[in-house]
Amino acid sequence: MRNLWIFVSRYNAFFLFIIFSLIGIYLTVKNNAYQRSVTLNSSNEVIGTAYERLNIFKRYLNLGMVNDSLAAENAKLKSQLLALNTIDTAKDVKVIDTLTDQQYTYLAAKVVKNSVTLRNNIMTINKGSLDGIRNGMAVIAPQRGVVGLIRDVSEHLATIQSLLHKDTRISVSLKKNHALGSLVWGDGNFDIRKAFIKEVPNHIKMYVGDSVVTSGYGSFPAGIFVGKIIKPNVATNDNFLSGELNLVTDFSTLQYVYVIKDKKAEEQKALESLVKPNE
Amino acid sequence: MNSRIIIVNIIRWCILLFVQIFLLKNMGFYDLSTPFIYILFLLLLPFGIPNILLYLLAFGTGLTLDAFYDTMGVHATACVVLAFVRISFISISLNRDAIDDPEPSLSYMGFQWFSLYAFLCVIAHHLVLFFLETFRLSEIGYTLMRCGLSCIFTLLIILLVEFIFYKRTSR
Repeated sequence: MRNLWIFVSRYNAFFLFIIFSLIGIYLTVKNNAYQRSVTLNSSNEVIGTAYERLNIFKRYLNLGMVNDSLAAENAKLKSQLLALNTIDTAKDVKVIDTLTDQQYTYLAAKVVKNSVTLRNNIMTINKGSLDGIRNGMAVIAPQRGVVGLIRDVSEHLATIQSLLHKDTRISVSLKKNHALGSLVWGDGNFDIRKAFIKEVPNHIKMYVGDSVVTSGYGSFPAGIFVGKIIKPNVATNDNFLSGELNLVTDFSTLQYVYVIKDKKAEEQKALESLVKPNE
Repeated sequence: MNSRIIIVNIIRWCILLFVQIFLLKNMGFYDLSTPFIYILFLLLLPFGIPNILLYLLAFGTGLTLDAFYDTMGVHATACVVLAFVRISFISISLNRDAIDDPEPSLSYMGFQWFSLYAFLCVIAHHLVLFFLETFRLSEIGYTLMRCGLSCIFTLLIILLVEFIFYKRTSR
């Protein structure tokens, strides 16, 4: 006992150091909300994650069927809504046509394969040429937001070149003043929640929170909400402005998408091909 | 002599903490480099101080800082670690019986010894401080960068202060 006491007092600096630093760390963990939450959470996280995995598995056992019927119904309702919205009122000739002139129809498709982590991301859906899908058709997300364009089509499947691809450019405009720009992703920032609007004319003023919608000049119908500007007026070296925006589409959780069929796409392409470039 | 040392240390404590809390707390380069000059008080405590008193002073100073920084216990732990490094370094590098200088300052101990002493103490203090503040290893690169840059900053200021109050006659 006496030897122990001598030992302790001989190395008192070390033992005092242990005692005081333990008090200090105890105070740190006890009195600071952040450190406490980190300590508690790292133990809770393990248990919580296990339960979460189990729950997801249970939920999906019986939800596949419900999802299918809901998506189909949604597509039908969206087609009807669009039929009401896109009546061409600027006609000068009255044509007796009991059907409304519906340009766009929606087709629900299930995402079979998805990727978000690559530089150029491609998705696969379970509808193909037998369902009327053609190369170049627009694809949008179920709630809101754009997804990409159809790339290759087989009989029962099709691939989508998603927005998260270096070649994808989608014609968009600012909702408030219809200033045109093009939507691109990547360019030094590979966050799947952010994209850039580029080639906006220099005299346009962008502000944080401005809504960006599709312009209607590409395969997408006009007015589909794409996202909100978070960093406006990024000057580039050319005569155009750029802006960074938050996408509303959550690419990482996409399960269903809508392919938009444009009835007049062929006609428009044929007409526009008459114009020779550099004329 | 003894009461003079106590008064000098009390005044030093007040001035250093005042500067730290009201001036340096608002300083920082890009949230990366923050100087912590108040540890100079712990560095300059006299050689003859008992270990238990040194630890109590370090802990108390740390707690005072914590009260102003709203980081209960972080500075206190860092200061205790600094006190341990100080005791270890002094007992390794100097012969305990042959110490006749009153305090380990630049003017008594010379530039070489003092800069090594200050460097080791500052780096120990900053490592503990920043890692306790971050409290996770996933941001280790950023934490180490903050720690390194702050060390340089603190060390520069400590040496600067020591050179300003350099007493040529005592050496």
